[in-house]
Amino acid sequence: MSAVLSEKWVEIGNLDEIPKLGSRVVRTASDEIAIFRAADDRVFALSNRCPHKQGPLSEGILHGHRVTCPLHNWVIELENGQAVAPDVGCAKSYPVRLEGEMILLAI
Amino acid sequence: MKERLVLIGNGMAGVRTLEELLKLEPDKYEITVFGSEPHPNYNRILLSPVLAGEKKFDEIVLNKREWYQQHDITLHAGSPVVEINRVKRKVLAADGTEAAYDRLLLATGSSPFIIPVPGANLEGVISFRDIHDVEQMLAASRQYKRAVVIGGGLLGLEAANGLIKQGMEVSVVHLMETLMERQLDAAAGAMLKRSLEENGMHFLMGAQTDAILGEERVTGVRFKDGSEVKADLVVMAVGIRPNIELAKQAGLYCERGVVVNDTMQTYDPRIYALGECVQHRDTCYGLVAPLFEQAKVCANHLAELGYGRYEGSVTSTKLKVTGIELFSAGDFHGDEQTEEIVFQDQAGGTYKKLVIKDNRISGAVLYGNTVDGAWYFQLMREGTDISDMRESLLFGEAAHLGSSGHGGQSKASAMGDEAQVCDCNGVCKGDIVKAITSEGLFTVDDVKAHTKAGASCGSCIGLVEQILANTLGGDYSAPEAKPICACTDFTHDQVRSTIREYELIDKQAVFDKMDWRTPDGCHVCRPAINYYLISAWPGKAQDDAQSRFVNERVHGNIQKDGTFSVIPRILGGRTTPDELRAIADAADKFNVGEVNLTGGQRINMLGVKKEDLPAMWAFLTERGMLSGHAYGKALRTVKTCVGSTWCRFGTQDSTGLGIKLEEMTWASWMPHKFKMAVSGCPRNCAEATIKDFGVVCVDSGYELHIGGNGGVKVRATDVLCRVTTEEEVMEHCAAFIQLYREEARYLERTAPWIERVGLSDIKKRIVEDVRGRKALYARFLESQEVAQHDPWTARAKGAEAHEFTPIKQIGE
Repeated sequence: MSAVLSEKWVEIGNLDEIPKLGSRVVRTASDEIAIFRAADDRVFALSNRCPHKQGPLSEGILHGHRVTCPLHNWVIELENGQAVAPDVGCAKSYPVRLEGEMILLAI
Repeated sequence: MKERLVLIGNGMAGVRTLEELLKLEPDKYEITVFGSEPHPNYNRILLSPVLAGEKKFDEIVLNKREWYQQHDITLHAGSPVVEINRVKRKVLAADGTEAAYDRLLLATGSSPFIIPVPGANLEGVISFRDIHDVEQMLAASRQYKRAVVIGGGLLGLEAANGLIKQGMEVSVVHLMETLMERQLDAAAGAMLKRSLEENGMHFLMGAQTDAILGEERVTGVRFKDGSEVKADLVVMAVGIRPNIELAKQAGLYCERGVVVNDTMQTYDPRIYALGECVQHRDTCYGLVAPLFEQAKVCANHLAELGYGRYEGSVTSTKLKVTGIELFSAGDFHGDEQTEEIVFQDQAGGTYKKLVIKDNRISGAVLYGNTVDGAWYFQLMREGTDISDMRESLLFGEAAHLGSSGHGGQSKASAMGDEAQVCDCNGVCKGDIVKAITSEGLFTVDDVKAHTKAGASCGSCIGLVEQILANTLGGDYSAPEAKPICACTDFTHDQVRSTIREYELIDKQAVFDKMDWRTPDGCHVCRPAINYYLISAWPGKAQDDAQSRFVNERVHGNIQKDGTFSVIPRILGGRTTPDELRAIADAADKFNVGEVNLTGGQRINMLGVKKEDLPAMWAFLTERGMLSGHAYGKALRTVKTCVGSTWCRFGTQDSTGLGIKLEEMTWASWMPHKFKMAVSGCPRNCAEATIKDFGVVCVDSGYELHIGGNGGVKVRATDVLCRVTTEEEVMEHCAAFIQLYREEARYLERTAPWIERVGLSDIKKRIVEDVRGRKALYARFLESQEVAQHDPWTARAKGAEAHEFTPIKQIGE
């Protein structure tokens, strides 16, 4: 996961600030980004808008490496933002990584 | 090295098993498939539309050759297996191909039964079983005029219908006096015959075939009574028999079919069998639904999970002939021990018969209007006691459950392709039919996932089922007991009883004990399990926030733009100027987008930003208000009228009683939302008779009502009993809620729950069994000790703070 030159890695908080199977948002000037923490402590970052009707994905139920949108139950892959078939659509995903307990996000 | 699995029979049963197996264990086996037809797996139940010219062969292929490649499955199509060597564990095909196996799966299907009469082998005498037969029929229809179909059963009538569509003159010869006598009684059979005759079909009833006439090609058919008819094509559709030759030759124990146990295993433990070739508990099935149930179980054992059991199927039947609605299930003939409820409207073309045994439906025949087929079938399979709805049973589910949406439409076949079926998601009939055929869908859940029809409010599910049945015909049926979700094969009831029996107190223990397929469940099973845990072990089981739907986690109702609504509790609907001022000030202070009065006598403030919620709750709770739980599967509101305090008709203090009920029950979690009302007299201004629990005050006391609903399916309450004191009302109310909390399935409202278990059972436990009622009452109060804390006050004081703030703000 290498960041493109124009991106910079930003420290956004500690892993334990997000509950397991939970999510918190990062606000930027241009977007709201949902940071997800899976049960295996992997972290993912997606634009906080479902490709269906812009539902806030950060409010969804996490399971495995997927999240279910709270508005109409679309299921989105955390890895790449793709909707799980038969639904079709994609939420923007952001590079994110852990350095120790610190979550780093590339924006 | 991988184990080797060989499948003999490249048809729907065998390939479905592979699909189920690949879902469970994609890499366990190296798989080889032998099929006698030179095609990949296709949807045999759609052969009738191909014959009728409504579909092409390509459109009914279920698994294209690429599917086999994708899953590294070796396919030998057009290569029938001729020998199984159980000692060397290998199979031999007609073309000399050999394949060794560790496990063998037999799905050899069945063959049409050819009546052994002279001339049966003449050119132009065919059966109706595979695509080759259909091609022969289509070829004959282009060249010849007269067709005779022998057999007036499901298959024969579908063949005859197709041939008429191809322009042939068709006579159906049937040995019995009633068409489809295995599915229909005489009355429905006669109605069917009349409609088919109107379509141009001819019938020779009670006719026994003696010989097929002709030199090389068929020219006619002669009957036992000496009469003859001319024919250029004869289709034999008198029945099927399991293909067991190969199994017999290999020394596997067979009777009518290959005998298997409840795990689909034959007498050789390495060999499994399923589909039309098997005999299970003395029954051979010729319909698709049972095969799919068998496939699930078989895959479960091939994947070595070892817990699936196939216990036989109850089947229902539909005929795939355009414009004809017909449904039958179970034992529809009846005997001395059964009763019948019959509705017959000859001129209107409607016939309904229900066979009842011990107050339960044991069989059903519907002709003309089949919209309630699925409902009767469900009542039948679940063994629901129907004595409480006996009078209205024949008028269908809508008779006491008035449906909203879909404009009262009840006949899918009468709808055009552009007619809207699902009014929530705007899905038309044509979209559904197209998805069923092009995507190879078989169940309502498949249709929901692909088209979204029925995926919102669910009121059109009956129509979706009809469309599914009309499109697939023959043998669509819902599985008997549905698993909670795709993470497991266990049902709600099994999960709940396991939680109690093994005293499981957290979700991980449930996943481990019950071999969940996913590491942490999904959005369907997690909230259900969380509810079952906290309701079974109040105080002991931890409420898991991450298993709650957002509304219950955040204690507000999420709106389409991601903001939330705030609805404070107003006990019994009685408020004060101070409360109203607090609400008005909160609305001003937090820039509420809109203020709205709800149907349950509460005030709704819409458009609140999530991060403002704790401060707004602090403001409200400091002024004495509580969470209204308008967002939860919980006690919502107790609606009241002003009662005897003011009203000249009021018989009791309905407002006061409503407040007492709400004080007792607020903050209790339930399987679904729960609404109450207290009306001060039988004029019922508080609409208590469409609530989950309603009280209608009368001069002598209180009439208690249960199981009402004012939503998608309007249902008036059933009367539970009458009592004389408020204390008794409280006790009955709490006991009823607790019974619902302990026994209804998650997301099951009281109305369908009562329909399922029967009113008599609930009366017995709440009204007659006094000790039982008091015990339920006590358990409810005990659970409230733990549950009755205001979530808004806690959050206003800082609980769950992470929930309401961004983890980081970047830029301004």
